[in-house]
Amino acid sequence: MTSDMASSTFPWLTLSIFVPIVAGLIVLLVGRDDRPGLTRWLSLIGSVLGFLVTLPLYTGFRYDTADMQFVENVPWIETFAVNYHLGIDGISMWFVLLTAFFTIVVVLAGWEVITKRVAQYMASFLILSGLMVGVFCALDGMLFYVFFEATLIPMYLIIGAWGGPNRVYAAFKFFLYTLAGSLLTLIAFIYLWHVAGGSFDIQTWQHMKLGYTPQLLVFLALLAAFAVKVPMWPVHTWLPDAHVEAPTGGSVVLAAIMLKLGAYGFLRFSLPIAPDASHSLAGLMIALSLIAVIYIGLVAIVQDDMKKLVAYSSVAHMGFVTLGFFIFNTAGLEGAIVQMLSHGFVSGAMFLCIGVLYDRLHTRRIDAYGGVINVMPRFVTFFLLFSLANCGLPATSGFVGEFTVIMGAVEHNFWIGLLTATALIWGAAYSLWMFKRVALGDIVNEEVRAMADLGKREFFILGVLAILVLYMGIHPKPFTDVMHVSVQALLQHVSVSKL
Amino acid sequence: MQNHFQFALALPEILLLILTVVVLIFDAFSKSKNRHSTFILSLLSLLIVAVVNAVQWSDGVAGTTFNGMFVVDSLSHFLKIASYITVAITLIYGRQYAEEREMLSHGGEMYTLSLFALLGQMVMISAGSMLTVYLGVELMSFALYALIALRRENVKATEAAMKYFVLGSLASGILLYGLSMIYGATGQLDLARIAHIIATGQVHTLPLVFGVVFIVAGLAFKLGAVPFHMWVPDVYHGAPTAVTLLVAAAPKLAAFALILRLLIEGLHGLALDWQPMLLIMAVLSLAIGNITAIAQTDFKRMLAYSTISHMGFVFLGLLSGVVENNPQATGQAYGSALFYMVIYVLTTLVTFGLILLLSRKGFECENISDLKGLNRRNPVLAGVLLLSMFSLAGIPPLAGFYAKLAVLQALVGAGHVAMAVVAVLFSLVGAFYYLRVVKMAYFDEPEGETAPVAGGVLPHGLMSLNGLALIVLGVLPGGLMALCVHAIQTSLGF
Repeated sequence: MTSDMASSTFPWLTLSIFVPIVAGLIVLLVGRDDRPGLTRWLSLIGSVLGFLVTLPLYTGFRYDTADMQFVENVPWIETFAVNYHLGIDGISMWFVLLTAFFTIVVVLAGWEVITKRVAQYMASFLILSGLMVGVFCALDGMLFYVFFEATLIPMYLIIGAWGGPNRVYAAFKFFLYTLAGSLLTLIAFIYLWHVAGGSFDIQTWQHMKLGYTPQLLVFLALLAAFAVKVPMWPVHTWLPDAHVEAPTGGSVVLAAIMLKLGAYGFLRFSLPIAPDASHSLAGLMIALSLIAVIYIGLVAIVQDDMKKLVAYSSVAHMGFVTLGFFIFNTAGLEGAIVQMLSHGFVSGAMFLCIGVLYDRLHTRRIDAYGGVINVMPRFVTFFLLFSLANCGLPATSGFVGEFTVIMGAVEHNFWIGLLTATALIWGAAYSLWMFKRVALGDIVNEEVRAMADLGKREFFILGVLAILVLYMGIHPKPFTDVMHVSVQALLQHVSVSKL
Repeated sequence: MQNHFQFALALPEILLLILTVVVLIFDAFSKSKNRHSTFILSLLSLLIVAVVNAVQWSDGVAGTTFNGMFVVDSLSHFLKIASYITVAITLIYGRQYAEEREMLSHGGEMYTLSLFALLGQMVMISAGSMLTVYLGVELMSFALYALIALRRENVKATEAAMKYFVLGSLASGILLYGLSMIYGATGQLDLARIAHIIATGQVHTLPLVFGVVFIVAGLAFKLGAVPFHMWVPDVYHGAPTAVTLLVAAAPKLAAFALILRLLIEGLHGLALDWQPMLLIMAVLSLAIGNITAIAQTDFKRMLAYSTISHMGFVFLGLLSGVVENNPQATGQAYGSALFYMVIYVLTTLVTFGLILLLSRKGFECENISDLKGLNRRNPVLAGVLLLSMFSLAGIPPLAGFYAKLAVLQALVGAGHVAMAVVAVLFSLVGAFYYLRVVKMAYFDEPEGETAPVAGGVLPHGLMSLNGLALIVLGVLPGGLMALCVHAIQTSLGF
């Protein structure tokens, strides 16, 4: 983990970050609102290119080492010893691909739906994509922070400019909540910089000695940023607002990628930099996670707005992730990371499904629907699949992550495992009950009768996601193989005290 | 200490004085209604002086002259060149605004007075003695008093001018009183010798500390830090916006130089006395500036309170330079404050410049709600506004973030971790009102005025470049930051 042995000569990571950003800038400059067609195609080309340049990260990935791969390291701000230091390991690799993949999805999802200021919309997503890839690749604390914070700007605009009726409130809440957390992290980073003798290098931070009190303070400061981003109970309240008000694409990116930034932060910073504090606060973290899993799961059941329901289910699912991190065993950690990926696909797909319904009826209220299966059979097939994946049905991706985390939890403590396992009940309750109310039964609302089934574009997007969800559920090995060595190394690292 | 009169060292000042007089005489005979030629001549003068100064800097010209009253070092070169650029940009942004408000129909005083104010700032930047300090301050202030009163038929502007004049004179008096106490205690006017005498420890500290208190109060007034901030919102609001920018931008660089010259070069021996004062003023400025800004509906007043809070940050950078036996950290800390100031001025040019470009004859873009729907009316200006607001809020990757980072780093390095936490909490408060401006421009539909905003190529092009600079310096801040630290280290000997 120390050395940058597995370095590559070709800067694939830089390309993964900057291809979408440059594409976004081109779209911004070239795209005209009176010619949205050109803008859309340019954005699609940009996002596809952005995805293609991430593929070599998978094909060239070495499974036998926990070292950082595809490393690039050049000085950036020499006064502060900030380096442009990039690299990925088994933990971060899939998230880079996931981000680039979902950029294509949101470009397609907004294709005909977004009609005003198309260029700015598409450019926001492309730039956001590059910034999020940067978060997953950064090996320099300040570089990480810059990417982490910079994602707020496009997301703020996306929610505020293209969102629903209460978008301004949601955008402010999203921005200020996240900023409040990350400003404390900034102080923690600067503190670590001083302790490390003037270095922002994450790997140096991971390996330096740190007393217990500093560890505790650093852990709490980092927790402020990452807990808000994940989000963990009780700082999750921005998420339902942001999800409900954001346009479909915004909700998809928020759920599929942005929440993972926080969870990823735990893996890259909190656990390895403050292992002793992590161990001593594990009880608290597990308790918060269980509250998210159980209480928020119950809250999700009673929602009457579909987006809000899926938003709360996101919080519950992310509770699984944080739980998996803090039980410190292989099953828990790997399960949590798989859960992060799976939740990316499933929640993204759920928001797309809601987007499909919303585009037709312009309401997200569950009771406005009913009997959708009579008019949209193809859509309902996908909707059922994703609802089942959302509650963790075997043979879908949702099952793999949740089941592994529960196994890890049982291994850690039977009662915690038991409480965790109840999530399957809540998940089934809110997902399937919503499915029943929306899709099944007779048509009560006459407007539903006029709804058209999926178009080619929608069918394609949902189809690809369905294949991925099933593939990951049936054959998760390619996903777990990549992370195995890195997860072991991380667990090994966390088990050694730094005092 | 050189006693010869090396006029070559003061070449930029001498040249600017001659050129300003030429512009003045030319303007007296000009019949032009819009003073176009005066404007061009003023810009040309600035260009000539800037080139001369840049050549001096690259030749490494440095030293003291006029019996130590006048200092030339890389810090003074840097700040002076920054001031020329700032004043030139200010004049370009403000030209149409001034023309439409008939500020130029009686004569081109706006340009000549701006150049005189700049000359005062240059003297302040190069001050090596308390006399030069005062001379520079007064030269700058008198020109600014007159500039604010330029729209003499406008009640608000006249009131602002009166307020600035009365309070400014009071502050000058306080500063002068402080200087006289120092002179009384040390028997010296020369700052380098004062530092030397204080270092020997053979002076009564009571009159020294007394003097320091008054000096700090006077300087805080010039920068507009709490509790000496009362004039800032009124003057920013009341002055014609073109003049507001003249008051808000370049003079801050000069006032900052004055702090470096007086407190750090001259009175560093009393650092432990002035440091707590800066600390209290910094916290108050952050708190009152940020919290009061939230309640403002007037864009200029909001920016005025935001300025106050940013001065708090500058003070934080300055006070974290006071550490024992670590010259490198000291240099870094003062460098961070300098960097903060430069970035602040660059951003201020954007914000007030936007108000100038968005105002038209008979319409002042004064309320924040006047920015509604700007993205519809002119996406480029809206984009620049977006960048400037996020830069002021300190969000990466914009220049304002690195300014905050540099100051916070210096603070934590000096052991003031709690202060750093306070500072970031108040910048969170600050983020709210900057976000509100972005919200007006991007989330709201245009109200009343829906026509696209158009204007001259020069101001609009320059504005785009100015906005671009915020992001370019955000992505690549290293060069400017190194320059600031280098200027401090070579000039102040840290």
